[in-house]
Amino acid sequence: MLHLDALSKQFGGLPALSDVTFRVPQGQITALIGPNGAGKSTLINCITGVLTPTRGSISLGLQEISTQPSHAISRLGVARTFQNLKLFERLSVLDNVLAGLNNEAGSSLIMALLRLPYLRHRERQLKLRALEALDRFGLADKADWPAGVMAYGDKKRLELARATVSQPQLILLDEPVAGLNATETLAVEQQLRRLRQEGQTLLLVEHDMELVMGLADQVVVLDSGCVIAWGTPDEVQRNPRVLEAYLGSVEATA
Amino acid sequence: MTRQEHLSYFIRLHRTGLTVTLLCALIVLYPFVQDNPYTLGLSNLVAIHVIVVLGLNLFIGYAGQISLGHAAFFGLGAYGSAIGTVTYELSPWPTLFGVAVLVALLALIIGVPTLRLSGHYLAMATLGFNLVVYTVLQQWDEVTGGVSGFYGIPSLAIGSFAFDDEVRFHYLVWGMALLSLLLCLNLVRSGVGRGLAALAGDETAAAALGVNTQISKVKVFVLSAVLASVAGSLYAHCYNYISPASFDIFVSTDLVIMVVIGGMGSIWGSLFGATLITLLPEWVDVFESYKDFVHGGILVLVLMFLPQGFVTGLVDLVKTRQALRRSRHAAS
Repeated sequence: MLHLDALSKQFGGLPALSDVTFRVPQGQITALIGPNGAGKSTLINCITGVLTPTRGSISLGLQEISTQPSHAISRLGVARTFQNLKLFERLSVLDNVLAGLNNEAGSSLIMALLRLPYLRHRERQLKLRALEALDRFGLADKADWPAGVMAYGDKKRLELARATVSQPQLILLDEPVAGLNATETLAVEQQLRRLRQEGQTLLLVEHDMELVMGLADQVVVLDSGCVIAWGTPDEVQRNPRVLEAYLGSVEATA
Repeated sequence: MTRQEHLSYFIRLHRTGLTVTLLCALIVLYPFVQDNPYTLGLSNLVAIHVIVVLGLNLFIGYAGQISLGHAAFFGLGAYGSAIGTVTYELSPWPTLFGVAVLVALLALIIGVPTLRLSGHYLAMATLGFNLVVYTVLQQWDEVTGGVSGFYGIPSLAIGSFAFDDEVRFHYLVWGMALLSLLLCLNLVRSGVGRGLAALAGDETAAAALGVNTQISKVKVFVLSAVLASVAGSLYAHCYNYISPASFDIFVSTDLVIMVVIGGMGSIWGSLFGATLITLLPEWVDVFESYKDFVHGGILVLVLMFLPQGFVTGLVDLVKTRQALRRSRHAAS
């Protein structure tokens, strides 16, 4: 599905990512972990076209996407959530999810001005799908709320709903349970399992080790911009370099 | 739940429909109630401003950009129609549309490089554009009539029916304003409108959802320029006389003030803002001489207490209240 090959990113000569190579297989949950500053966010931003990599390639299926802009990558079927929530706070909850269907809503300004019948029909269909997504994430009763008014946990779920509603090829989840309590975390975990069951491919960036080790099919560990381990959760947990760089310190503090 | 959502969706649709119908009725009946030509002339000016402000509000309130140069497009529309119909003796309607197309092209040429800028830079670039246009209008005597203005612009007509008095013009400009309003309402309720709102909310997030931020900004910029141009043409044909002073940067800032006060990202707010700021100097004499102070004062107050603008701010307040009340109901 997604294939990163010798990907490097430098900021003014400082390497943030060096020769990152791994694959995200179809229909699986791949987790990307690493200590703060390891380059996880840079990597996500490279994949989604927010940043352009200095060297290396990113391919989605057979398509090279490393030089494409964000919106083009989105149209190829890559959706994402953001570490610090980027909801459209003034829009309603329903409109936020509808924005997730932007690529199917039609982009012609003139058609939109005239609101032709076929466009109205399509809007109605999109609305139904958006409501289904809200229902699935337990937000249907808040469909007409302004998104900004909702509680943090609801906002996190709304971002998930927005990212998944279009059933993209690949979803990048940037810390989906950060700041959530145990119950909410469990709910998100169940949602992610369900998405995998439906064949959705996920790339998960997460600090919650328990969640990652229990959920992921494979784990990629990043440290100082380099991949230091890549394998099943068991393999990674036994890897001495990982223990040294990351897990050891987590266990010590936990 | 789904059914209930549908119901609320339909009610929302009807709410817009009802308001539009009410507005239509007002527009049709107004000349029967009010036959004072001066007052009608004022309300016609409101309609012309509404057309400009609708476009500008899409650009500022929806796409989240800033333009301090829309009076230039307004002026180009006015002078384009004046020069076309008087100097070249073209017929008014085709000239109006032809000029709008030319202004659209100009907006495209200006928009592509300048819309890569943001914030203060974009404000400066559009302001500069307005100054250039203003100076040309003022200095190019042979073509524009210079400081003394452009006289003898013919009235618009359909067949032998000329829009040559206030009442007839009332129906023309308010008809056009209503048409613009409907088009804008369509736009904001479409996927494109959501894309624009997303753009105003967060550019990175909008791009991640497939919104081509650059092209979207340019499109809205062009659309707003076209609306300004059409409004300008109507203005020229309405007053039969135009001068550069009507299209300087202070007019541009007044237009922005109308957007901000009415409510950013609110179509109905545009109507309110344009009406309030156009009529304010007429209602109270003091405002006439101290117009800029009063505008500035209102702007400061609105930005302090309702930073989203008047109508938008109030609507947001009500929506938030409703949401909170319902959640309290659900909890108890």
